[in-house]
Amino acid sequence: MNIYLIVFIYLFLNYASQNEDGSEVERTSRFSTTLPGVAHVPFLTPAVVQERRPLIVAVMSAAASGTSKAAHGDVAAKRKKGPGALATAYLVIYNVVMTAGWLVIAVGLVRAYLARGSYHGLYYSIEKPLKFFQTGAVLEILHCAVGIVPSSVVLTGFQVMSRVFLTWAVTHSVKEVQSEDSVLLFVTAWTVTEIIRYSFYTFSLLNHLPYLIKWARYTFFIVLYPMGVTGELLTIYAALPYVQKTGLYSVTLPNKYNFSFDYYTFLILIMISYIPLFPQLYFHMIRQRKKVLGHIEDYGKVE
Amino acid sequence: MKTGGKRKPAKKTKKAVVFFEVEILDAKTKDKLCFLDKVEPNATIGEIKSMFHKSHPQWYPARQSIRLDPKGKSLKDEDVLQHLPVGTTATFYFRDLGAQISWVTVFLTEYTGPLVIYLLFYFRVPFIYPPKYDFTTSKHWVVHLACMCHSFHYVKRLLETLFVHRFSHGTMPLRNIFKNCTYYWGFAAWMAYYINHPLYTPPIYGEQQIRIALIIFLFCQIGNFSIHIALRNLRPPGSKTRKIPYPTKNPFTWIFLLVSCPNYTYELGSWLGFTLMTQCLPVAFFTLVGFIQMTVWAKGKHRSYLKEFRDYPPLRSPILPFIL
Repeated sequence: MNIYLIVFIYLFLNYASQNEDGSEVERTSRFSTTLPGVAHVPFLTPAVVQERRPLIVAVMSAAASGTSKAAHGDVAAKRKKGPGALATAYLVIYNVVMTAGWLVIAVGLVRAYLARGSYHGLYYSIEKPLKFFQTGAVLEILHCAVGIVPSSVVLTGFQVMSRVFLTWAVTHSVKEVQSEDSVLLFVTAWTVTEIIRYSFYTFSLLNHLPYLIKWARYTFFIVLYPMGVTGELLTIYAALPYVQKTGLYSVTLPNKYNFSFDYYTFLILIMISYIPLFPQLYFHMIRQRKKVLGHIEDYGKVE
Repeated sequence: MKTGGKRKPAKKTKKAVVFFEVEILDAKTKDKLCFLDKVEPNATIGEIKSMFHKSHPQWYPARQSIRLDPKGKSLKDEDVLQHLPVGTTATFYFRDLGAQISWVTVFLTEYTGPLVIYLLFYFRVPFIYPPKYDFTTSKHWVVHLACMCHSFHYVKRLLETLFVHRFSHGTMPLRNIFKNCTYYWGFAAWMAYYINHPLYTPPIYGEQQIRIALIIFLFCQIGNFSIHIALRNLRPPGSKTRKIPYPTKNPFTWIFLLVSCPNYTYELGSWLGFTLMTQCLPVAFFTLVGFIQMTVWAKGKHRSYLKEFRDYPPLRSPILPFIL
């Protein structure tokens, strides 16, 4: 994980002193092009990397604003819409940290497998980082609410909360399912997906998205999405008998608030909700894939 | 009749009429959908919509959005052609608003549901509660009171829809009826299930709590009705004028001094009263969700009042005096 961060910081600094075409940047006030409004690309839309001038240049100039040289750049930067220099720097750090975190989980899974020699009970070896980094994704809802990421708060909220629900309200709460293989199934799917997704965002923000990452982002889901859904459904199904037996998170009548809640029925309704939701999301991603990756193939044909 | 170039400009006796030509393009594809020539300069957008409807019968006027700019605001039906910033050949852009349904229809449907559904639970119709309770009645008198209040509330709403409200818009998108009915009918069923349940627990503070709750409820029902009447009287029949509402002789309208949308304030009060009366958490949820929605509407209305009227009273808040 340390090596990964060092590589990233190296790339970060590298871009600070280079233009898109590789020539050295002039550290003068002639930053007439304002801050690139590179948006933190949301999950369901293709990368919208538009500006030519590396964002990092503006970040560095903002940081070095003590000198009069960079002053003009700052003024020009403020007029542009979209996430500011500070917000973009924060988002880069956020995405790097999340990529690193999920890599830790991936490495943890591999090491545990090699140590034990079997697939069973790997959840326990990555339980803490999984909870930490998956819960940390709640910040993404805040990013949308504040406006530094142009996604819908509702959509992001829904996606993040469904993950958090599975992590805490099912896997953590019903201890008996933690040794199930279905847990490994969705944890693996999530891990690979998140590593690709967060690196995708990181590279997009840095204005240098390798085609490989873009391709992976829009291709791996074909297998990972059904894999994750299967793992999730099997885990919820495995939890049902224990929830019913212990009355977990359930409230019965009579009580002074005249309210009741049956967690067992609630979990069944959740499982049923996958039926309309999953195909919609899946086919949306397939359409996005055609849009994003389809162009590249067309250009290839023209040559 | 067209003006000849030789005629002297006569200001008073202007017999010559310059007809307009109107072309309507699709706002998204910019395709020419319709061309109307010999349009009277004093024709309204409403009349143009009727003419457009003749050539495209599937787009009745209520679902047409006509604008000057593809991404601009919709023009109003009352706008007159010659007063718009267009040349004698006017280009308008059309957007299909989708299937429309009248506000009155939506209101009647969404309010009749809760009225009927609550009563189904109140009379303990079979298949809701365990069979031994079918068609029994609750032994708690607050349950009967709650049924009366809930039913009164929705009967009042239905009557207001039919006889009191004057709607600015005739229609809304069709999908709204499904959304709205799910909301009202769903919550009504959820609340009614618990209030009329055989294992219902009456309020902790008993008669005292119920009495206070009933007073609050009735006070706010009268208040809400007074506001609806006051708003109706601002607007002559058949018109769509907008005026600043002011307090009238009716003390229940004096709240206009402090609030832009007191109808929502009173509505919140009614449901708080009902929550207190039934001491039921689902009712509290319903009150909360309704409050959030009404606050959004009140803020929007307050903003449009401020935009439209320079002399709008500065002391007023959207929904809660001084607070929100």
